[in-house]
Amino acid sequence: MDIVPEITRESITNLIINDKREDGRALDEYRDISIETNVISKAEGSARVKLGGTQVIVGIKPQLGSPFPDTPDLGVLMTNCEMLPMADPTFEPGPPSDDSIELARVVDRGIRESELVELDKLCVEEGKHVWMLFIDLHIIDNCGNLFDAAELAVMAALKSTKLPTASIVDDEVVLDKENTFDLPINNEVAMCTFVKIGDKMVIDPSLDEERVASARLNVGVTREGRICAMQKGGKYPLTKDDIFTAVNTAISKTKDLIEYL
Amino acid sequence: MSEMIREDGRKYNELRPIKIEAGVLERADGSAYLEVGGNKILVAVYGPRESYIRRLLEPNTGVIRCRYNMAPFSVDDRKRPGPDRRSAEISKITADALRPALMLENYPRSMVDIYIEVIEAEGGTRCAGITAAAVALVDAGVPMKDIVVGCAAGKVNDEVVLDLSEVEDKEGQADVPIAIMPRTGEITLLQSDGDLTEEEFQQAIDLAMEGCMKVSELQKEALMKKYSTE
Repeated sequence: MDIVPEITRESITNLIINDKREDGRALDEYRDISIETNVISKAEGSARVKLGGTQVIVGIKPQLGSPFPDTPDLGVLMTNCEMLPMADPTFEPGPPSDDSIELARVVDRGIRESELVELDKLCVEEGKHVWMLFIDLHIIDNCGNLFDAAELAVMAALKSTKLPTASIVDDEVVLDKENTFDLPINNEVAMCTFVKIGDKMVIDPSLDEERVASARLNVGVTREGRICAMQKGGKYPLTKDDIFTAVNTAISKTKDLIEYL
Repeated sequence: MSEMIREDGRKYNELRPIKIEAGVLERADGSAYLEVGGNKILVAVYGPRESYIRRLLEPNTGVIRCRYNMAPFSVDDRKRPGPDRRSAEISKITADALRPALMLENYPRSMVDIYIEVIEAEGGTRCAGITAAAVALVDAGVPMKDIVVGCAAGKVNDEVVLDLSEVEDKEGQADVPIAIMPRTGEITLLQSDGDLTEEEFQQAIDLAMEGCMKVSELQKEALMKKYSTE
């Protein structure tokens, strides 16, 4: 159970009404970001992202598998998220919670809909063997805004991914682990998350800001400034103006975020 | 003992390089990060806190609960997320290994939760998990009589050696992980698999205890680094 003290709610809301925040940031300012890649030598791609106190580790493992019947010549992406109990006293072990599934799906949407992974190049033999990329998100410290941290981590991990070359010899797949190739990627994407507090849209919410917010909006934007994924969350509605303001800010902030990759 | 040099260049009584850091997470009450060889392990501790699981509650003492979990990307072939029989067993014996050092009788109806996450695995994760968990427990300020420490010995090419690597564990003949309370030398975890004579078993225990004492110093160093005021 997570009860927000009324005094926290009041003080955060009053600050934001006056365009201020508890940690001194502007309403459209991110916390410090750091990205490290190749942190897991056993994973083909990996990254660790810190966004303020929030920490996410992503590992990418490829496996050969059968393609979906309707896309016999395309590789497969699968995104999975574990909100580890170590990340937050309210996270519990067990099957993924609704929040965890939403996080994985929204992050996946940004990657998938921007079509930045060239899935046609992940086909080994049409209809039989394609690469399946398992993107595993490990949330290890939750200090707010897991979405943006996770999207950055997935993007950084994908960019560091190297796959073994696969060829067909006598109807069997032969893997050459000595000769690897970079995962073919043709774009970059970042996610900007806003919460509504009072009548303001605030970027990169801290944990307390998330807890007092009335609504949330995730906006995934590509390098060219095109919107590729969105999700509204939270109990209360947003106005059209809220959304347009947020999208506008997201498009300009994405450029800064992509710089970190 | 022999002068044999092992596959990775170590002597029979040499540990892999170890790095321990205390207090690495913001939200957990206590945490630790440990690297030994290719293992990377994160541990978080919560508590003692009110038990939210009623059936685990004990009226006269606190309880300890442990969850050992491997990241899907921690091993060569992706591990399916979620608990399996191996991690359930390791979780149980880890809780058993740590419990004797905790003064839980002072915290009736409460619970200490330990979460061990294997970020990358390279042989000997259970001992590494116990070692890191003990540091995280100190970081959380949980009252303890001692800082439990784990280390394994084993048999490779008919030689008893300390701290098996992944390759040695796979190709070796035996693996004996132990955990001790270093102040008294009492053993809180003991497993053994493989083939050992009585003499080899005794050698393995002595060697593993020697290893534990070395690792114990590194645990204390990590805590001093975090908490010394100078």
